[in-house]
Amino acid sequence: MSEADAAAALLWLSLTAYAVLAGADFGGGVWDIFASGPRRRAQRQAVARAMGPVWEANHVWLIFMITGLFTVFPIAFGSLGLALYVPMTIALIGIVLRGAAFAFRAHGRDAVGPLSPWGIVFGGSSVVAPFFLGTAAAAVASGAIRITGGSVVSGFGAGWSTPFAVVVGLLAVALCAYLAAAYLMVETEDDPALQSDFRRRAVIASAVSGVLALLGLWLAYTQTPRVWSDLTGNGLVLLLLALINGPIALWGVWRLHPRVTRIAVAAQVTLVLWAWAVGQWPYLVPPDLTISDAAAPAATVGAWLAVIAVGMLLVIPSLGVLFRVFKARNPAA
Amino acid sequence: MGTSLGFHIVFAVLGVGVPLLMATAEGIGLWRRDPTWMMLARRWSSAFGILFAVGAVSGTVLSFELGLLWPGFMAFSGSVIGLPFSAEGFAFFLEAIFLGLYLYGWDRLRPFQHWLTGLPVAASGAASSIFVVMANSWMNTPTGFKLVDGRLASVDPLSAAFNPSTPTETIHMLVSAYVVSGFVVAAVYAAGMLRGRGDAFHHRGLLLGMAMAAVAIVLAGITGDNSARFTYGAQPAKFAAMEALYATTRGAPLHIGGIPSDSQGRLLYAIEIPYGLSILAAFDPNAEVRGLDSFPADQRPNTVVVHLSFDTMVGLGIGLGLLAALFWFLVWRSRRVPSNRLVLWCLVAAGPAAVITMEAGWFVTEFGRQPWIVYGIIRTTAAATSAPGLGFVFGAFTAIYIALAFTLVRLLLLLARHDRERPEPKA
Repeated sequence: MSEADAAAALLWLSLTAYAVLAGADFGGGVWDIFASGPRRRAQRQAVARAMGPVWEANHVWLIFMITGLFTVFPIAFGSLGLALYVPMTIALIGIVLRGAAFAFRAHGRDAVGPLSPWGIVFGGSSVVAPFFLGTAAAAVASGAIRITGGSVVSGFGAGWSTPFAVVVGLLAVALCAYLAAAYLMVETEDDPALQSDFRRRAVIASAVSGVLALLGLWLAYTQTPRVWSDLTGNGLVLLLLALINGPIALWGVWRLHPRVTRIAVAAQVTLVLWAWAVGQWPYLVPPDLTISDAAAPAATVGAWLAVIAVGMLLVIPSLGVLFRVFKARNPAA
Repeated sequence: MGTSLGFHIVFAVLGVGVPLLMATAEGIGLWRRDPTWMMLARRWSSAFGILFAVGAVSGTVLSFELGLLWPGFMAFSGSVIGLPFSAEGFAFFLEAIFLGLYLYGWDRLRPFQHWLTGLPVAASGAASSIFVVMANSWMNTPTGFKLVDGRLASVDPLSAAFNPSTPTETIHMLVSAYVVSGFVVAAVYAAGMLRGRGDAFHHRGLLLGMAMAAVAIVLAGITGDNSARFTYGAQPAKFAAMEALYATTRGAPLHIGGIPSDSQGRLLYAIEIPYGLSILAAFDPNAEVRGLDSFPADQRPNTVVVHLSFDTMVGLGIGLGLLAALFWFLVWRSRRVPSNRLVLWCLVAAGPAAVITMEAGWFVTEFGRQPWIVYGIIRTTAAATSAPGLGFVFGAFTAIYIALAFTLVRLLLLLARHDRERPEPKA
């Protein structure tokens, strides 16, 4: 494995961290819109309580990935910026509005309620952002982005508006909702009624994502042969693990083992992302840009890896403190 | 991009300065066991929660826009200057983590622990600003690579990060961030006092804001002077535009104010101080200063914008310095916070004035570099995206920013009123 491969793997790890952590924050927004029943208010409060201290730190994984991408793979960054201009701009607007709306609600006391315009923006943008990020991912995976001589030749619509991409976008939203519901089952362990609300939601999200995942695989098989051959080639083992892990997660939800569920659902998202990554290796933006083609000069990659090593030494213990203070709640204590 | 930056920079500087004020207030509160100082820190923390979130999302927009709007710039320079951005990512990470602890930890952490979580917020805020401005200073004085047949070669990201402009520019930006934060905070409490709320709470808010502002404005003057002298050597076209000097001159005069006229090739209605410019730039009354005429017409920045921004920055900066001096003189003489309405009005005005001063300074460095995005290497037009619908996207982001700014101000006012109606912070 070259240094560029290592850098690509690190970026993929940060994408994974973003998906399993910030994904749940988007999912929280989904359950904010779909808050219903007698405990509607308590559901929204649980979402806000869970997100409050951590969402900004979770969000940084994205920034980290973006800055890493343009440092280590500047050509890929430039090309993706052009090819995915439309979905990324929309996702970006969603991210901005979601964050701002959450902060306004969280710190604005009672002035900004869930039914005020910002309250609705919070839920709506929590759906829009992961959907378009999902379609952008599908565009990359399907090999629709063509690059010749360092410039994008496939235009601004390529890849992200196909039926496959739409299904992947919806799957992204459903997985976010699934993550959120699973985590919230842990967060609400001391309130069985509320917990059963989120358990029901996790079952629904699990069913919806299962159906969408199978539909996506079928579309991959019929319409985007590239994705199919990647997933059933190098990515096969991880894909099979994902197919086995899915029912385990659902079992955890069903039998009310929130902590098993939390791990299994996060693992599900991780497996899907890594099946994709391993499947398309050694390409960064298939079919024209490999990891080594896109890599910055060795001096930059080396310096970046050094910065990451030092940075992570500071960040990981700090994240540990953050999650220990806010997430390691022991309901028995 | 310009709008996003102009918007983001305000939050960014408050993100640098306010945590330091917060941590100081909390520190004094702990040390003296004084609830007023604690309350100050606590109220700032909830206001800052909103400010930081808006700053964080507008910063996200910037990191995406680098790719979405400037694919040509990034594809070229990412490998050279991406490193400080990645380092900034870590600083931002730490800031977000510890801010989460700080904002939500008031009741979960012991007081001293809580105070400790505030320190990394302040430190990483400062580090972020340094890293980001490193990248900007590279755009002014690009180093750390060679161009061989238009392609990058011998890339050295460390020497790019520590390019010649880095020391002057990053420090000037950092102290300016403290200037803005200090004056903005002071303005809030001066406004409160004008409305008849002259309690210890307001006095301390004002004093702490002005303490930071006073120290920082002096440093901003020194570093700014340094920065201008550096520009004289490194970016003569920018320097000529700042001073609106059209013809290369020995013993150049210093021009204050005036309206540059490109068509007549001279500065109209300016106050002229003989030899002033040569003395300031090179400590030599007869030093030669290159004028705009020594650059081809397509390599000159917009003189009107750059000169007027520069004079705005210097003029307001000096005004702010004098105001800070007057304020502390009055405090020293009467041993109490001035309640003179005129002084308070000036302090209120100094808040927005400090923001304008900083924006003007940013205009100088950005417009002064035009038509280049990377000075002497890539033109701005060559780096921009070819994507359609830019006007629409620009409009959409502007509308979003206006909505955000509007809500933000409304909420901050509301928070302030809420706090006044229920003076004791909830336990």
